[in-house]
Amino acid sequence: MGHKKTFGDYAIRYGFLSLLAGMVLFFSLGAEGFMTPYSAVFIFQSVAITGILALGVTFTLVVDGFDLSIGSTATSALMLSAYVMVVLQMGAVVAVIACLVMGALIGLINGLLIVKTKVPDLLATLGMMFLLIGLQRIPTQGRSIATGMKLPDGTVAAGTFSKAFLWLGRHRFDFFISNLIPVSVVILLVVAGLVWLFLERTRHGRLMYAIGSNQRAATLAGVNVNRYKILAYMISGVLASVGGVLLSARLGRGDIASGNNLLLDSVAAALIGFAVLGVAKPNAFGTLVGALFVGILLQGLTMMNAPYYTQDFVKGAVLVIALVFTFVLSDRRGGSKH
Amino acid sequence: MSSVAVEISGLTKAFGTNKVLRGINLLLSKGEVTVLMGANGAGKSTLVKVICGVHRADSGQIRLNGTAFQPQTPQDAIRNGVVTVHQSINDGVIPDLDVASNLMLDEMARPDGGFFLRQRQMRARAREIAASMRLEVDVRQPVSDLGLADRQLVAIARAMAHRPELLILDEPTSSLSATEANRLFTLIDRLRDAGVAILYISHRTSDIRRLADRIVAMRDGEIVGTFAEKPLDYNAAVNAMLGHGMADANLQHIPAGQPILSLVGLKVSAESRPISLTINADEVVAFTGLVGAGKTELASILFGLQAPCGGAMRLLGAPYAPQSPGQAISAGVFMCPKDRATNGVLNDHDLTRNITVPFLSRHAALSFMKGRSERQTAQAIVRDLDIVCQSADDDIGTLSGGNQQKVMVGRWLAEPSNLLILDEPFQGVDIQARRDIGTKIRETAKGRATIVMASEMDEVLEIADRIIVLSDHAVTGDHANKDLDLKQVMAEVAGAGATTPAQNQNSTASGA
Repeated sequence: MGHKKTFGDYAIRYGFLSLLAGMVLFFSLGAEGFMTPYSAVFIFQSVAITGILALGVTFTLVVDGFDLSIGSTATSALMLSAYVMVVLQMGAVVAVIACLVMGALIGLINGLLIVKTKVPDLLATLGMMFLLIGLQRIPTQGRSIATGMKLPDGTVAAGTFSKAFLWLGRHRFDFFISNLIPVSVVILLVVAGLVWLFLERTRHGRLMYAIGSNQRAATLAGVNVNRYKILAYMISGVLASVGGVLLSARLGRGDIASGNNLLLDSVAAALIGFAVLGVAKPNAFGTLVGALFVGILLQGLTMMNAPYYTQDFVKGAVLVIALVFTFVLSDRRGGSKH
Repeated sequence: MSSVAVEISGLTKAFGTNKVLRGINLLLSKGEVTVLMGANGAGKSTLVKVICGVHRADSGQIRLNGTAFQPQTPQDAIRNGVVTVHQSINDGVIPDLDVASNLMLDEMARPDGGFFLRQRQMRARAREIAASMRLEVDVRQPVSDLGLADRQLVAIARAMAHRPELLILDEPTSSLSATEANRLFTLIDRLRDAGVAILYISHRTSDIRRLADRIVAMRDGEIVGTFAEKPLDYNAAVNAMLGHGMADANLQHIPAGQPILSLVGLKVSAESRPISLTINADEVVAFTGLVGAGKTELASILFGLQAPCGGAMRLLGAPYAPQSPGQAISAGVFMCPKDRATNGVLNDHDLTRNITVPFLSRHAALSFMKGRSERQTAQAIVRDLDIVCQSADDDIGTLSGGNQQKVMVGRWLAEPSNLLILDEPFQGVDIQARRDIGTKIRETAKGRATIVMASEMDEVLEIADRIIVLSDHAVTGDHANKDLDLKQVMAEVAGAGATTPAQNQNSTASGA
């Protein structure tokens, strides 16, 4: 490879990571207590659920699709897990399995709508989003689920969130310091590792990227495009419900008002991920870094006493900058090679 | 009526270094249908685009009714009476609007038009236009409710509202059935009688026989023949348009091996005559014919993309009816599709990934990719086909067209096949890449059957052991590529021999 790397190439490849490092440095100097293990863990925890959802979004983006229903899939999982334990009085295992099955089913329906009935992905998953937002409120007539609540038929819900279930949201593993790393962070890292492995190292991941690049060409290379697209939406649904379960375990109740920001935050993380290492396409590592980037920025600003209401503005600004990074710079690189 | 409507002289147009029009001289008379023929890339569409104001000519001039005419925009051309109906019907109409709005669209789009619509007036005017064209539709009906022919007629009627001097029709019948086309022809007859000059672009024999007063053949940016004497010499026009510079076809003919693929009464389309033939191992068979003759359809059927309308296929003696490309590939039938940008190239992927995509399982263990095995295959293909690149890690977008095409062909040469189909493998590649690809295809042909779909006669002569001619979805000729009677082949391309299906069974050369 005699290709001489120009400064521009390096800027595209490492620009975003340098920005991240610079930001960490800036906050460590500017905000007291930023550079501590607890602060780091807090950041990880704050992005864990968004990050898991964002990894799901990554799958649909890879096959050139889009899933708008992940946020409502997560909140549906939140409500379902609470309903299973509190109202139906079943255990943690049943609750988790029910949520995962629901996530897979939602993904399957999304996928079938898109590949079989040819509804465009944005519209199909938008429809699914509204459907789920409504559906999750029907069993409890629009109220949150907590132990002792009054049910529509007049009885009182006697079940409780099981200890094992709450462990998922509240336990912290010892890591040099006792009670340091939350379960959700471990799950995020494991999921990110698996997604990376799947997308980068397996045949199936490769074919999904091929579909995203040129669906027609993939079909003519003998790829079963529909099957992979459905699979991508199912993975997206399952990961969204994993996020919902973790949210439920953290809150300890089926809170009807939680998870409003999940969709936008996770989509932003996945899109910011395009800019990481200049790959200009959805990828697991980038998504993880993207989620962390937003988390670090918000945590740092909070510690420097920036008011809470500036958060969305900051996220928006980061997203726009990352997208400019991705599309302007990589376009220029692509153009200069021709 | 033979007064000249349009006079084109010395028209040239280049895109960069690529000379697309090299001095076109053409007269179009009032009340005459001139058919323009030319293979892909001959410059037909560029010529049309210059006349209708999309492109500006580099030199030369157009005179319309004796005055110089230099349209700056399509609107400009329309205002001056040069109206074009494009190939894709839906480019000419807006399906969601009603017929009246469609007919009056250009009126509405005028910048000096009023702010509010005057519906009643519009409809009255639209009805007038429709009546003058004998278009029997309710003008309040949305265009999306109309059939294809009616849509096409609405598009033409819309054009006629401008009282054109010159009407250009670009393959208007390509999506119409025979009866629908007939309605269009009746309309064209009427326009001709009304003194409109008509430039009609088509390859369909039936259209041309029915309509043409004159045939003009184009090749490589030049007019290579004008045929106006009755009866029109259609074969000579096809001959001129396809040309055959007779590249020194230096082929080492190998005797054909065992039969690989047999088609038994295969019907490509519902109305076509059945095809029966056998393709043997070791031989390279070229299917040739005009655009729309059925080459791509036949390839699609062989590769499991569409089902035949009748008949059966046998592969290595066993029944073969693939339902998907996946099934075809597992049966050892590979296809390198035409138009690589749409059908082949994986953008933002490197050469390696572009080459190995159909056979990833061969480079994977338990679904995990084996990087080395993959890289070796890609490097071998790069070496074998002389692909000009820095390494197999280069992004496919950095390669020239010819090298990209080599990657597309190499993708399917990476594994042994029973039958390899290459649909227009020389599309958009330079002469060197064409030679390289052709040589490689012939070198590797041993042990498999090879089908090449190509409409350029030069390409066919360069690569084939055996040439099968298609016309209107049926076989009109089958020759060994040896002492070939080109006149005969050209006649078959033009549709001759269509009435003697018995000859199709015969796979020997027809001789000189």
